[in-house]
Amino acid sequence: MSFSDSFFARRFNLTPRDLERWLGEALSRGGDFADLYFEYIESTALSLDESIIKSATQGVTLGVGVRVLSGERTGYAYSGDLTPERILKAARTAACIAAGPASVVRSGLDEGEKLDLYSVPVPAAETSLAERVALILRADEAARSADVKVFQVQASFADNIKHVLIASSDGSLVWDRQPMARLNVSVLAKGEDGRVENGYQGGGGRVGLDHFTSQNLPEKFAKEAVRQALVSLDAVEAPAGETTVVLGPGWPGILLHEAVGHGLEADFNRKKVSAFSDRVGQQVASPLCTVVDDGAMASRRGSLNVDDEGTPTRRNVLIENGVLRGYLHDRLSSKLLGSAATGNGRRESYQHIPMPRMTNTYMLAGESDPDEIIKSVPKGIYCATFGGGQVDITSGNFVFSATESYLIEEGRLTRPVRGATLIGNGPEALKWVSMVGNDLKLDEGVGICGKEGQSVPVGVGIPTVKIDRMTVGGNA
Amino acid sequence: MSPSNTQEEIAARLIELAMARGVTAAEATVSEGDEFEAQVRLGEVETLKEAGSRAAGLRVLCGQKVGSAYSSDLTEAGLQRIVESATSLAAISMADPHAGLPDAADLGQLAGDLGLYSDSIATLETAFKIEQARAGEKAAMSVDPRIDNSEGGSFGSYTGWRAFANSLGFLGSYRTSSCSLSVVPVASVDGRRERDYWSSSARTFERLEAADYIGRKAAERVLRRLGAKKAPTQKVPVVFEPRVARSLVGHIFSAVSGDAVYRKSSFLAGKLDEVVANPLVTVVDDGTMPGLFGTSPFDDEGVASRRTTIVEAGVLKSYLLNTYTARKLGLRTTGNASRGITGNASVGHGNLYLQPGEEKPEAIIRGVKNGLYVTELLGSGVNIVNGDYSRGAAGVWIENGELTWPVHEVTISGNLRRMFEQIEAVGDDLEFRGSVACPTLLVGEMTVSGH
Repeated sequence: MSFSDSFFARRFNLTPRDLERWLGEALSRGGDFADLYFEYIESTALSLDESIIKSATQGVTLGVGVRVLSGERTGYAYSGDLTPERILKAARTAACIAAGPASVVRSGLDEGEKLDLYSVPVPAAETSLAERVALILRADEAARSADVKVFQVQASFADNIKHVLIASSDGSLVWDRQPMARLNVSVLAKGEDGRVENGYQGGGGRVGLDHFTSQNLPEKFAKEAVRQALVSLDAVEAPAGETTVVLGPGWPGILLHEAVGHGLEADFNRKKVSAFSDRVGQQVASPLCTVVDDGAMASRRGSLNVDDEGTPTRRNVLIENGVLRGYLHDRLSSKLLGSAATGNGRRESYQHIPMPRMTNTYMLAGESDPDEIIKSVPKGIYCATFGGGQVDITSGNFVFSATESYLIEEGRLTRPVRGATLIGNGPEALKWVSMVGNDLKLDEGVGICGKEGQSVPVGVGIPTVKIDRMTVGGNA
Repeated sequence: MSPSNTQEEIAARLIELAMARGVTAAEATVSEGDEFEAQVRLGEVETLKEAGSRAAGLRVLCGQKVGSAYSSDLTEAGLQRIVESATSLAAISMADPHAGLPDAADLGQLAGDLGLYSDSIATLETAFKIEQARAGEKAAMSVDPRIDNSEGGSFGSYTGWRAFANSLGFLGSYRTSSCSLSVVPVASVDGRRERDYWSSSARTFERLEAADYIGRKAAERVLRRLGAKKAPTQKVPVVFEPRVARSLVGHIFSAVSGDAVYRKSSFLAGKLDEVVANPLVTVVDDGTMPGLFGTSPFDDEGVASRRTTIVEAGVLKSYLLNTYTARKLGLRTTGNASRGITGNASVGHGNLYLQPGEEKPEAIIRGVKNGLYVTELLGSGVNIVNGDYSRGAAGVWIENGELTWPVHEVTISGNLRRMFEQIEAVGDDLEFRGSVACPTLLVGEMTVSGH
């Protein structure tokens, strides 16, 4: 596709000459680099509560962010208005970070490389509202009929289609269409003793509506949410203190996101404020652990054809057989640290400055049979599902909260236990991994990662993993 | 009423266009803001960011069916598209017997100057703001040689407008301003690093804490963490310093907010007039206090802000409600509607606080023989449905009434129901640093999990 056929050229009559002019303005006081990030998002959110579609919302947000880099300095300005005067004004504001003679902008913009990971022929945003409404009605019906203990069901479907255009003073010009869709079901169930518990299941990715009408049916989400609520109704107090923890496959990969992922973002390491700073080449995990961050996976929530600075994403090995191999970079950190770009420069929107972020972070499968892993544990807990997590990247301390877990007694899962927070220290926790399953699973597509006030969609994954020692915040 | 500024004009125009389309009722929100941020690290400017944006949202009712839309395109054609989109969405939603605008009698706004806006913020010079961030960081870095790194000092300022109109004739707007300064020093000893922060924000520059004070306070906090270790697993009293105690007040808010109550997804649902906390506990939501961050003349559906006592001497006296949740519960709105720029309102809070007690924080600590003083909480392990509580924590161990060694990598757990009953001491140190405030609290017993 040529630029003149791209979304922004057609919709807003942008020409390469305009882009070059604004980049020139951005570098009018000097600076090493400038870029323009145009964004246009159409979103729809439908939600059901008490079997009624109570809310249906659509909206459009658009804008452009102008960035100027000068050494370690960043100047940034944005406009929610795409008239040439406003863009020019933003460029002049961002330019103020530098103070010197104008830098030369390479003349002529060439289309940069990009991947093709989500060429969804019909994004959810272009389907009829009735089709999307039908999905949540089906989820509601399935959850309510799954068990008499279920007394509240909420279901929602949200999708958006984001068009981006990134033009840089080094002459690259990239545009992309990024679809996203997600279905959520949450339920409340009441036990015979009056106790109330909740259950939740969600999923999606850079997919079309067919994702939810072929394999990932709304009924599947509903049944899983109900199952989790019912399990919780039988849960007893979790143990308190250090114990052996077995993580189930899939979403528990959030451990990697918190324990190592954030600590390996290069901005923290460039500033030497991470617990992982200056540790490349060192053993930071058991030799059984190989952890990668891969933005180049088809259709996944954390995937991108190009990152938000126009760099194609790729598979980056973070930890190989327990040894720290590298960090996640954006343009600024790769330049300052002299490393290759990794395609991890991401931002929440045109109003935000890009920074190194994770995409899809997971641990490669090992050789153990998951059943054998559980059988090997005389006493511990098995965590099947988690809520959120958090990390203090400087001390390396991280937490993540189990929402479905079980006691392991004499190699068998016995009783479900109540929600408990697990806590550990990033560079230490994975050294206690003693078995890694052959059952790598990626999450269903629900991850949202927050950093310095910016949220971006991410994915995680992990096989069944045994951690010999970890602190569990139970109450028993 | 006739519009008194462009924000009100846009909101009123949206209502006009929507009513002309034949909708039953409509409400429109317009929001506009200008932000500035300067970050300085190790004395050098690292980031300067400056921009403005605005957007409008519309919610319409066609009978009892609701549709919403928003856009940042505020041209006449853009407004027409918002109306079209909201109306067509109402067509696919389903009749909700409780949906509607507030009762006309509940609409209104507080009169007089609430101290939400100060010209002083818009006129601060960029160089001055950079200097503030630099001074804060410098103050932190010069306290102790163990503070050998920094995530920087940051100064932000904001000015904005919010306007709201509905088809019952409500039209109002207010302007806000704020500024903030934060400092994040990093300290290390024996190759182990720690960071902490201190920050201040205010609606006028005059009320911001001094850069030097913020820097020294941040330094004191990070130094206190050096050499932290795990504590043994045990059940002990836990003292929450104000910065973390606030989160407990936040959990009370989640548990009394109307949505959670009518869905019965809260451990406080159905508990009105019952004892839910120790008699020392009184929790108030007050959206009328001049100059504070939780103050506004009206809520996000045009109902005047007010003061509501939520818990009085341990007894649950009121939920926090908007029009919808009030109708679901057969109650009256408490003026707590909250929303972004469109969609159905959720429930928000004004200035939400736990009333201060008589005791000095030092006296509360002195009363603990063996326990944990918590200065940081990590993670999201709080379940409002049943009150289960388990979060990561860091702080200082208390031995014989004295703060002794720093603690990290532990969790504290319990159940909110029990924790509120076991609030055995409330400090006199209430201070509004944002819209949620709480003095030092002592919870009689929680499980600390460590090694």
